[in-house]
Amino acid sequence: MKLLYFAWLRQKIGKAEENLEVPPHVKEVGQLLDWLESLGPNYATALKERRAVKVAVNQDYVGLTHPVKAGDEVALFPPVTGG
Amino acid sequence: MIKVQAEDFDVGVELERLAAGDHQVGGIASFIGLVRDIAPPGSLGDSGAASSMTLEHYPGMTEKRLAEIEAEAQRRWPLSATLIIHRYGRLAPGDRIVLVATASSHREAALESCAFLIDWLKTEAPFWKLEDGPEGARWVEAKSSDDARKAAWKK
Repeated sequence: MKLLYFAWLRQKIGKAEENLEVPPHVKEVGQLLDWLESLGPNYATALKERRAVKVAVNQDYVGLTHPVKAGDEVALFPPVTGG
Repeated sequence: MIKVQAEDFDVGVELERLAAGDHQVGGIASFIGLVRDIAPPGSLGDSGAASSMTLEHYPGMTEKRLAEIEAEAQRRWPLSATLIIHRYGRLAPGDRIVLVATASSHREAALESCAFLIDWLKTEAPFWKLEDGPEGARWVEAKSSDDARKAAWKK
């Protein structure tokens, strides 16, 4: 699964993207965020404020119960501030 | 039409292109977003440097989301043409960030859809602003007032 991080999430985690082997019990976005938090203190800090974390799967906004699977592109980012 | 680019754009040229040759167009509405100077006057000392910002985006999803917002506007109003140009990268106060323009036979559709597009773009399009201020770089926070404006647009 390809993970992309933007803005301050990228800064806190320390990288812009990575490919991860996600364990089989992780089937939904919410479970993915919980599992990512467990990977290290930088992830835990970044994902502590869940309300500030938006998720896109394959470039579409999704909610916490949306399924995730190997091969997906999952992006995590703060609420947007364009325009 | 959607353009996501680092380069500046020429507002006059783009607006002229929007309805070129289509004599059913009666009105063109536009919005230009500019970088505002966030630092209070004099706060940056003798360097003379104005505060600048860097716009980050998500290549691929940014274009996709803007196209979806544009399609929504075309579903709600009779429009002959729409244009969104949004820049990314390093920008200084006074620089153009975004151009939204719409063309229709009549002014109501053009004006309303233009306002709709910028309201939705501000809460939906994957861009993030990093401002250089007097106390260092900080990420701009999304505003609940932007969410309220977007929500006010009924289906």
